[in-house]
Amino acid sequence: MSTLTLDPEKISSVKNNASAIADDIQKFINKHSSISVERSLLRLYGVDGATKDGTPYVNRIVEIAKKDLAQYGITKLLAAATLKTKRDIQTTAELLATKEIPINVIKELSSAELEVKEREFATIAIEKLRKSKEKKERKKRDLPMPQAPWKYLIVATGNIYEDVLQAQSAVLGGADIVAVIRTTAQSLLDYIPFGATTEGFGGTYATQENFKIMRAALDEIAKKQKRYIQLVNYASGLCMSEITACAAIEDLDMLLNDSMYGILFRDINMQRTFIDQYFSRLICAKAGIIINTGEDNYLTTADAIDNAHTVTASQLINEALAIRAGLPEEQMGLGHAFEINPTIKNGFLYEIAHAQLARQLFPRAPLKYMPPTKYKSTDVFQSHVQDTLFNMASVMTDQVVHLLGMHTEAIHTPLMQDRYNSLGSANYCFNTAASLSSEIEYKKGGIIETRANLVLDKTVSFLREVKLQGLMNAIGEGKFADIKRTQTGGKGLDGVFVKGENYTNPVLKILEAQNE
Amino acid sequence: MSKQLIKPYGDTKGDGRIQLSFTLPVENSPKAVKAAEVYLQGLNLENIAVCHSKKIAEGFTYFVAYASGKHEIDYSKIQVVTAETKILNFYEINDLIVEKLNKKITVVGATIGDDAHTVGIDAIMNMKGYNMDYGLERYPQMEAYNLGAQLPPEELLKHALEKKADAILVSQTVTQKKSHIHNFSAFINLVDAEGLRDNFVIIAGGPRVSHELAIELGYDGGFGAGTLPSQVASFIVTTLCKKLGKEI
Repeated sequence: MSTLTLDPEKISSVKNNASAIADDIQKFINKHSSISVERSLLRLYGVDGATKDGTPYVNRIVEIAKKDLAQYGITKLLAAATLKTKRDIQTTAELLATKEIPINVIKELSSAELEVKEREFATIAIEKLRKSKEKKERKKRDLPMPQAPWKYLIVATGNIYEDVLQAQSAVLGGADIVAVIRTTAQSLLDYIPFGATTEGFGGTYATQENFKIMRAALDEIAKKQKRYIQLVNYASGLCMSEITACAAIEDLDMLLNDSMYGILFRDINMQRTFIDQYFSRLICAKAGIIINTGEDNYLTTADAIDNAHTVTASQLINEALAIRAGLPEEQMGLGHAFEINPTIKNGFLYEIAHAQLARQLFPRAPLKYMPPTKYKSTDVFQSHVQDTLFNMASVMTDQVVHLLGMHTEAIHTPLMQDRYNSLGSANYCFNTAASLSSEIEYKKGGIIETRANLVLDKTVSFLREVKLQGLMNAIGEGKFADIKRTQTGGKGLDGVFVKGENYTNPVLKILEAQNE
Repeated sequence: MSKQLIKPYGDTKGDGRIQLSFTLPVENSPKAVKAAEVYLQGLNLENIAVCHSKKIAEGFTYFVAYASGKHEIDYSKIQVVTAETKILNFYEINDLIVEKLNKKITVVGATIGDDAHTVGIDAIMNMKGYNMDYGLERYPQMEAYNLGAQLPPEELLKHALEKKADAILVSQTVTQKKSHIHNFSAFINLVDAEGLRDNFVIIAGGPRVSHELAIELGYDGGFGAGTLPSQVASFIVTTLCKKLGKEI
């Protein structure tokens, strides 16, 4: 790989400051849990299904247990109930949800009995995560993945069965990763809908059943195509950790999972987001799920040149928080984007500088590179050329998770043929320039190297300021994406609670112990 | 007016050449290529050359074709509704507000309904603007409030009333199943029902919005992809002047 000369002292400065910022947040996280974390636990223990009115059992149970959650945690409450009913987890959950047994039977049981049961539950959960990772690794051995950049395509019909058709077409054209984009506003739902769904706007509901349907479809076409196809969904929003649990159970490979995206762009409460992202990342680490972070979003509103350093800063903070959840760098799909105004002279050189800087700051990370969207033209031919330059920047700087640009981005949700055209450009670039990154050398002190160092310099001072203020205050002041969010504002704060003295989350405990 | 007959131009006047690309739900085969040709004949095209065909999914074939349009149209008869607004620059707009309107003007904007996309409303309203053209927040003579995405129509109207807005910007990016039309209509119907239509200049924006569509839906104006903030600002200010009977 060709490299730019970057000052190692500056690199350690940004890494150290990000680390201090994350430590501060982690202290807060460790004292708290949330209703979505508790629901995730129920899902990992095997509670599934919904009541007749469509409320998932996990929501109903956590709702019923709400006033006891801080004191015990859902695991202990469920343990007590199963000891009492002497039935399996699912049956007991249904009995709890229909209030056929009360939630407070816990007082009738000894802590020793409860502990044994809790350990039993935790083992079930941990085994699920371990097996999911194993299964994915086995599939990847049997059907090897191609050389990166991996071509990532989105399907978004609203109907999971239609999505399957579109996904199969994408794979036929060369897609290595298929993402099922969610219906608009799902990030604001505080529950996961149940079952297969055929109605959605701008996307398809993330449900466990939909995950299963798409996983099976991709596995089938993978066998025909003789290469493993990765499946992605979105774990941002109020159900971040819960969707992660479902994704792990259904063997998904990647999840959109950003420590700040929901706070800034969906106005989800920051306390809730930090707590949920931690538990969801613990699950990702164990289940071998690659996280994708959302730094590209900074550039859809703010300018890609002026704000390049906020992308880098956010990548560093996402990295530092991910390290604390035990994610290896190989599972950190840190995000960035090709969004510089195409009329700027040498803009392509700046794009390369930004992409190469990310490559060098996170050498083993499967970086997620997003295509141009903001300056896409309604002249589809012009836009296709823009995407082609993006594809070249990606292969030149060894990006890994490569989202395909759509030449019809400014017009409509992609047609099947739009994806085919887009894949044509990526296939061509990635093949014709396959070894380019190891052949070129960057000019010392040239435009690209100077630009990368400037962004690094700005990141140094930016993170220094954030560290002094603390991340929550910095977000409050609008330091990221010019959006101000307060610690008690936004959606979902009522689902956050301080862990009581007897509170337990045995899954978290085991995962943390394994990370040490 | 004399007739002015026209048809598409390839490289010779009157050749009618058109490029097309489309997909048919059949496997690629000589029969599929013939089917593509027959389909284009049905569109009143001739001299059809289906020059490319490729399987893009199980049971789907993609085609690129060239053909000649048969019919001509009389250009002199074409009518179109456009926002006939003089485009002013940042300074001219602020000056006009001071001179003619005699007060700062207030603009509220949001993406309404389920739509979570703020790219359009941000480009027009945020300080930074779009393509080197300042956003409305930067205008010293404007109070601009970007209320973000997923606002119910009632909320947007409530904010407009609270802030005594002169203009309301409604943005819609998602067009699947015509959700943008549905949401635009919901908002304008609400304003009508409350008897408040004359209180505001109301503008629709989004990649699939045209001025014509906006007028049809009952808006004062509409702006599509690539619109610059100063175009919207010019429209707001000149429309307000017109409403007050002020000459520009």
